[in-house]
Amino acid sequence: MKIKVQDLIIFGLIRLATYFVVFIIAYILLDIIVNGIGAINWEFLTTFPRKGGSEGGIFPAIVGTLYLVLLTIAIALPLGMASAIYLNEYAKQTRFTHIVRLAIITLAGVPSIVFGLFGLGIFVIFLKFGTSILSGSLTLACMILPTIIVSSEEALKSVPMQFREASYALGATKWQTIRKNVLPYAIPGMLTGSILGIGRAAGETAPILFTAAAFFFPRLPGSVFDQVMALPYHLYVLATQHPGMDEVRPIQYGTALVLISLVLGINIIAIFLRSYFIRKYKW
Amino acid sequence: MSSDTLNNEPAIKTHINSDAGCGQDNTTNNTKISVRDLNFFYGTRQVLFDISLNIYDKKVTAFIGPSGCGKSTFLRTLNRMNDIIEGTRHNGEILIDSKDIYGEKVNLVQLRKKVGMVFQRSNPFPKSIFENVAYGPRIHGIKNKGELENIVEKSLKNAGLWAEVKDRLTSNALALSGGQQQRLCIARALAIDPEILLMDEPASALDPKSTTRVEDLISELKENYTIVIVTHSMQQAARVSDYTAFFYEGDLVEFDVTKKIFTMPAKKQTEDYITGRFG
Ligand SMILES: Nc1ncnc2c1ncn2[C@@H]1O[C@H](COP(=O)(O)OP(=O)(O)OP(=O)(O)O)[C@@H](O)[C@H]1O
Ligand SMILES: [Mg+2]
Repeated sequence: MKIKVQDLIIFGLIRLATYFVVFIIAYILLDIIVNGIGAINWEFLTTFPRKGGSEGGIFPAIVGTLYLVLLTIAIALPLGMASAIYLNEYAKQTRFTHIVRLAIITLAGVPSIVFGLFGLGIFVIFLKFGTSILSGSLTLACMILPTIIVSSEEALKSVPMQFREASYALGATKWQTIRKNVLPYAIPGMLTGSILGIGRAAGETAPILFTAAAFFFPRLPGSVFDQVMALPYHLYVLATQHPGMDEVRPIQYGTALVLISLVLGINIIAIFLRSYFIRKYKW
Repeated sequence: MSSDTLNNEPAIKTHINSDAGCGQDNTTNNTKISVRDLNFFYGTRQVLFDISLNIYDKKVTAFIGPSGCGKSTFLRTLNRMNDIIEGTRHNGEILIDSKDIYGEKVNLVQLRKKVGMVFQRSNPFPKSIFENVAYGPRIHGIKNKGELENIVEKSLKNAGLWAEVKDRLTSNALALSGGQQQRLCIARALAIDPEILLMDEPASALDPKSTTRVEDLISELKENYTIVIVTHSMQQAARVSDYTAFFYEGDLVEFDVTKKIFTMPAKKQTEDYITGRFG
């Protein structure tokens, strides 16, 4: 009897915790949607801001964020996947790989502002890339590399050892085995994990604060050495630095809604990919 | 001991079976694999002790013994599959066609092409039936579609699977039954045209009917291949093999013609094991 009551209480608490989380997420989403939807229209999405962001649209910020995300993917994905392949398939378990793994885990816990300052020091100043898409993407890539490496390694680990063995036993070399009999099964998992990291890159402000972002840039960036506007930074400035903070509330909400849709969209792609491939590769 | 001296003495040198094969069958026995004083270690743990035996060309040799006695480990030294496990080492010699397979100039790809392997748990790739069988030939550089199709058909026929799958070569191999999967793995191993076929408990996960099929298959295949099979079934060893090696805790206790092992084993341990008194 007593045990049953205990059970009920604990179960109730756990349930409450879950509801609480869902409630908060729902509240934030609803708040943004309700307040932001009014600001969204064709002009908002396709024109440049005017009068210091008090009027006009957020077109260059959308484009800027897309550029940053794309270049970040181009840098971080191959690097992260290659590292994961090396760590999981080639490297022996030595003190060195142990330290590398430790470093990766530590890196995953470093606050994003630290990455921002690191990027400023290394890419902007030392390598003289300036405040640019390149510097920003490199910084973002550093930030999401741990996520990509860890999830890619998980994906590689989940490919049964037997596939590798069978392949070796047929006379395949290590690279042939990896290319034909490990990667095809692991890449979906590698991608889905990585996309979640990329979603995070799209939404972060701190890493691009000193490395890439401009509050206003009169044209679309022409090369990777140009500064860009970006959604999270635009939102940050409108919400904290703008002289008419309260008047531009609708624009803030609209920007937040676009940003959230973008990140959610990226995550939803990941979820669909995952369930698609889980159905396709069963073993 | 240089390999040259060994080449000149094909007769078995172990104390256990110096008269093995005599009088049992009249065909001459050519040594295909010759193992000399093999010791094998996982890290610091030794699991094989001074193994010496000969495996004869176009014969079926069965390895029996209680679980954990080192049968699989020994089998896997024959195509160097243990190489992929970290921290393993060995000493002693393994000669295939008089060549030391652990020698410096040995090409692993060529070795494994010559020594095919079928695993205990059938492990088809999650690809189509065709791609499973074509995997090996492709790796060894065959690109021509017609040639691949021929190899696939021939291998599946040899493995006794062709009739069942010829209409669905493009469907996923994982949709096959357990017995079919195991025969597919045999076909996959045959597709690279090996000379030796190592089989680690190929029928352990199969129902009696599929087991019979695989056993029949082994009897057919020995016309063209040298076969080594690990099995826990005394009946199976007695049915399919010409020679039987009994292992116990990393030692080769007895190696002889199968008939002799099962009718008058020389060692008490062997007798106890095959009569089911332990193991
Ligand atoms: N990868 C490994 N690392 C360390 N020890 C191992 C490894 N594989 C096998 N062993 C050990 O080596 C010994 C021999 O194992 P092996 O698999 O060769 O036995 P087996 O005769 O094939 O047994 P079974 O009939 O159960 O398959 C066992 O004691 C086992 O624990
Ligand atoms: Mg075994």
